[in-house]
Amino acid sequence: MRLLITAALSTLAAGSSLAAEATISVDIPQLNVAEYHKPYVAMWLESADGGKITNLAVWYDVKHKDNEGTKWLKDMRQWWRRTGRELTMPADGLSSPTRAPGTHQLTFDAAAKPLNGLTPGNYQLVIEAAREVGGRELLRVPFEWPPKAPATAQAKGESELGTVALKLTP
Amino acid sequence: MTKHLKLALIAAASVSLLAVPAQAHRAWLLPSATVLSGTDAWVTVDAAISNDLFYFEHHALQLDNLSIMGPDGKAVTPENVAKGRFRSTFDVKLAEPGTYKVMVVNHGAFASYKLDGQNKRWRGKADQLATGIPANATDVKISETQGRIESFVTSGKPSTDTLKPTGTGLEMVPVTHPNNLFAGEKATFRLVLDGQPASGVNVEVVPGGIRYRDKLNDTKVTTDESGTFSVTWPGPGYYWMSASVRDDKSKIKNAQRRNSYAVTVEVLPQ
Repeated sequence: MRLLITAALSTLAAGSSLAAEATISVDIPQLNVAEYHKPYVAMWLESADGGKITNLAVWYDVKHKDNEGTKWLKDMRQWWRRTGRELTMPADGLSSPTRAPGTHQLTFDAAAKPLNGLTPGNYQLVIEAAREVGGRELLRVPFEWPPKAPATAQAKGESELGTVALKLTP
Repeated sequence: MTKHLKLALIAAASVSLLAVPAQAHRAWLLPSATVLSGTDAWVTVDAAISNDLFYFEHHALQLDNLSIMGPDGKAVTPENVAKGRFRSTFDVKLAEPGTYKVMVVNHGAFASYKLDGQNKRWRGKADQLATGIPANATDVKISETQGRIESFVTSGKPSTDTLKPTGTGLEMVPVTHPNNLFAGEKATFRLVLDGQPASGVNVEVVPGGIRYRDKLNDTKVTTDESGTFSVTWPGPGYYWMSASVRDDKSKIKNAQRRNSYAVTVEVLPQ
């Protein structure tokens, strides 16, 4: 896993008057496989010691009849053990359908749930993807909250995830 | 050494509470999954006695004494119970979220005796002893056997009520939840005998997949004074853990007691 952290001071400084936010961009790679299912993806924040979990998003097969898509939630096994097994799915504001290959962006307002519950400190953005009849991959992007200056950090997956980028705006 | 002297030594060695060498064959329950999500969770469990773990290549495990305890402590009825040549199998519907204990608990007696100068053996249930052994038998040696074979499966959030011991025989009390095991992490368990700490007992931990490697790769750990032992899982997969003890606390008069415990757990990758 390659990790790149850049403090983009010059161009983003102008944005400091806007509301503080965190933007996550997730690249779901196009795969050339015989049987393709869009991956289940979970994103959450972990405090440095792993003790506090803040769920951000869960993409799973919400349209399956009788909520049967929940059968494969446990394949995101780190998410499942940390928080997934405690939750009831679907969950308002958390779960949504799986996404097609491409780059997807999620923006979270620092003043609203769930980010307004974050105490200052070191965190990791964790993203876990599991694909039916396919593989599974987990990436971590460390960051400090709240951001003192505009910052970006990213991690690059090798199989089930492409680049995952986190952009923080103070 | 004469044969008689050897037998005498074996008999002497079995008087006090001590660990017994592992049996030639291993009895096991193997669930199709141990960590499940979703609203309609089921597991299929294979049950067999074999040399290699977890391959059915020797005998089907008798399911006469099978029971399943649900998260609420109530018995769950197994479905589609069948016995093949090499394995038995059954399904369990995990209707409620929580942790289920699947167990085969055997209780029997074994006796050897002499009748008209010939060595005889008898095996059966403890209450059949009186009729099973002729009144004129001599040199009667009786062993009571208590054996427990277990596995655990969890749908949704793990629960702990099913992890409590019954207080009879040799049992494992998980300190680390048995459906929350991950490669590279340390897990802790306690062995209890009749509900009391079973100290100084050897526990053998064997990873599955034996057929495709030359070495057993087993680990032996000994319980401390509180009956506690820990295992750091070297890798993911199913593991078989077993222990056995002998003592003279049998409820049968003049009998030795042999207690054995075996459990299958699944260790997930990180």
